[in-house]
This record gives sequence, C-alpha cells and structure tokens, in this order.
Amino acid sequence: MTDDHRIDRAAFAELQDNAGEDFVAELVGTFAEEAPALLSELRAALALGHAERFRRAAHSLKSNSNTFGVRSLAELARTLELGGLPADSAPLDVLDAEFAASLAALQRLAHEGSGG
Amino acid sequence: MAERGARLLVADDNKVNRLLLGRTLELHGHRIASVENGRKALEMLQQAQASGQPFDLLLLDLEMPELDGFGVLQALAADVSLRDLPVIVTSSLEGVAQVARCIELGADDYLHKPVNPVLLKARVGSSLEKKRLRDQQKDMVRRFATAEVAQDLQQSGFALGGRRITGTVMFSDIRGFTALVERQSPEDTIELLNTYYTLMFEAISGQGGVVNQMVGDGLMAIFGAPLPLADHAAAAARAALEMQEMVALLNAERVAEGKVAIAIGIGIASGEMVAGYTGTQHRATYTCVGDTVNLAARLEAHTKAAGKPVLLDSAARAGLGAAFELEALGATVVAGKREPVEVWALSTGAPC
Repeated sequence: MTDDHRIDRAAFAELQDNAGEDFVAELVGTFAEEAPALLSELRAALALGHAERFRRAAHSLKSNSNTFGVRSLAELARTLELGGLPADSAPLDVLDAEFAASLAALQRLAHEGSGG
Repeated sequence: MAERGARLLVADDNKVNRLLLGRTLELHGHRIASVENGRKALEMLQQAQASGQPFDLLLLDLEMPELDGFGVLQALAADVSLRDLPVIVTSSLEGVAQVARCIELGADDYLHKPVNPVLLKARVGSSLEKKRLRDQQKDMVRRFATAEVAQDLQQSGFALGGRRITGTVMFSDIRGFTALVERQSPEDTIELLNTYYTLMFEAISGQGGVVNQMVGDGLMAIFGAPLPLADHAAAAARAALEMQEMVALLNAERVAEGKVAIAIGIGIASGEMVAGYTGTQHRATYTCVGDTVNLAARLEAHTKAAGKPVLLDSAARAGLGAAFELEALGATVVAGKREPVEVWALSTGAPC
C-alpha cells in the first residue's frame, strides 16, 4: 500500500533541501511527539465546548502539516479551524486516523533519503 | 550589525515551527535564541538589552499562550529601549486584517507560514539593513547631543518635519578666522578647530544645549529643543560665559606656544521657532528655523561692530535671572533687520 498521495513530495523535498535531510528527520520526530497533544487538545476543547481552544489546536496542526507538505491532513485541520465546534467527535476520529497514516508516511519518507 | 551573524530571537509556541525557523536562520548565518510565548520573549529581549548584548531582530508568532504576538508588539512600542527593534511576524492566520493590524502595531514585515526560506532571508536581510541605518542615525545624533537629548530624539523618532517650540538659539564664531587661517599651516588650523569645538561642545552640552550645526569656525546651538528646558535663556547665557572662559584658557596655552590668541563672538536670541528634522530619511539634521534664529545669527555678526563678545535680544534678556551682569546697548540697527532691535551685552570680563 502506498501513502505517497498524502504528501506533496516536491514540498517535502524542498524542505529537506533547505533544512537538511537529517534535520528534517529529527523534525518529523518532534512532530510525532507534539501532534498527539494537539489531537487530545481538540477532544478536550470539544468536550468543554471551548471553540477558541479548538480553533487554535486545529490551527497549529494545520500549520505543521503544511510545513511537511501533508496536504490531506492540513486540509482536514483547516476545515476544523474554520468550521467551529463540530456536532460530535466523528470528524476527530477521521482526523486521528489521517494523522496516524500521514505520520507513518512521513517517517518512511524522512528515512528514505538518509537511509537509502 | 551586518546582515550575517546577527542575533535573532524566535518566539513561537509550536515546537516544530520554532525548530524549523531557528534552523533556517542558522543556515543563513545568524545566531538564534527561541522562546515559546510572548511573555518570555519580552523578558529575554529586556534582559539582553540590559546586559548590553541586545537582539537585532525578533521573529514573532501571533497565537501564543500567556502573551500573544499583538501583546508583544504593543509592549515593544511602549518600551523606549526596544521600540526600534525590527519585528517580522510569522503566522498562518488567514486574512489580510491580521497583517494590517501587525503593521499598524509597528511590525516591519509579515510572512505567512510555512515560511519560504528564500523570502525569509530577503526580509530578514532588509530589516537588519534598515536597523543598521537607524543605528547609524542614532550614532550621528549622539555626536552632537547629550545622552539625555539623544534619548529624547529616540523617543520622538526620526520623522521629518517640525513643531513649534519656545527656546533659545545661539550662534558663535571665531573672529578674524580667515586671516588666522592664512597665517598658519592647515594642520595647525585643523588642530585649533578640533580643540575649539571640543571645548565649545563641552560648555554647551553641559548646560543642556544641542550643537546642531558646524560650519567652518561657526556653530549653532539650540537650548529648549528637542527636550524642553525651563531656563533656556539662562542656560545659553551660562554656556556663553563658559565658552568665553574656555577660550581664555585656550589662549593662555596658545600664547605660551607663540601662537596668536583667538576671540569669539556669540549672539543669543529667545522666542518661538519651528524645530525638527530636515533632510532625507537616511541623513537628517535637527535644526530650528524662524525669526528668532535669524536674529541670533545677526546679533552674532553684530558683536564685532558693538565691540562686545556676547549679545542678547530682549526676549533672551527677559529670561535671565539677576545673576547676570548686563549692559543695555539700546535700540540697534542690525544687518538684515528693517526695524531696530533692543540689544543687550552680557558682561564676561573677557577682552573683546
């Protein structure tokens, strides 16, 4: 199965060119550590009905997704950022799944370059 | 500071953004520190300023906990020591309203995230260059102003244009300078001018005045601008007496070395004038214009004919306390003035 469609390969390659492949691999690691907190923040904000916290977390996730060229995840996060609090947590389940798949794809890509 | 090797602070609550911006800027040759919220950014900028190793530029995210980017911009604008720090806002907030608000609050530039490294390099370079020019201007101002006045200039900014102030203007000149120049070597003349200016600056800035023009052997000084001075006329008179004393001391040395003694003439006038910066954005001089200024220049020119070293107009004389000894010269016709003006001579004890 290929996850390549999730990631804008040109944008990712440009990031590697500009910042260095090893650095980008580390940065993907940082994203893997930090993003789950954003995903739980989204769920917490939804449970509390806190629209501003929800928007901010979605905004951060969108921003980071764009940095790595993860277009599908960025688009989901953007919809949440601009759409206000959803009626239920269904969109967050979709987001979680998309994040997991995107991260796996990112990690593979990040190690392709340096690992060969 | 040159474009390369500048000291930059990155403020962003998102770790991925912070690391990537820091990395990109390091690859451009800069030294980076980073913080995760606006409050810490302000603390770090203030500490760096106080320790004498200030940051050259701030890259600022907008949405941050504790204090957001807008709050940081407001706090910077209110802080005299930090208001000139260039700030580039980096944000992925959508909509042009945010950009406009940042620029209004004093941000130099706005970059959308993810930040394009080429654009980042260009914008950072341009902001640092602008800062370098501003720093140069500040240095230039410091050369002819007291630290207090220089700080006031920093606060009021470098906007070209004037405002009405009430103050005192002084003109001073070395008598018979052209003849003197012909009798001595150019090296001796430069040395004389350097010594003379050093002494005159000392006397003038010691009384709160600002020397704003030097032409040949003449100078113009302002008392009461850009910083208001309560007793501007008395301050100018005290400076004039001190200048005469300094010249007497200088002459004692010159005579001992077999050189000719010099004499200076000083004209002082008080009143309303327009003070401000004139020039271009990159090279400006602080000056005053108006009738008061013209009169001070005319009085200085009249010292020779009057045979008195320091002349004042009635407004300046009215601003003096009882501590000064004055001689009324009566209504006098001075060159360039149609109506005669009341002129007063300040007793200095120095030969004219």
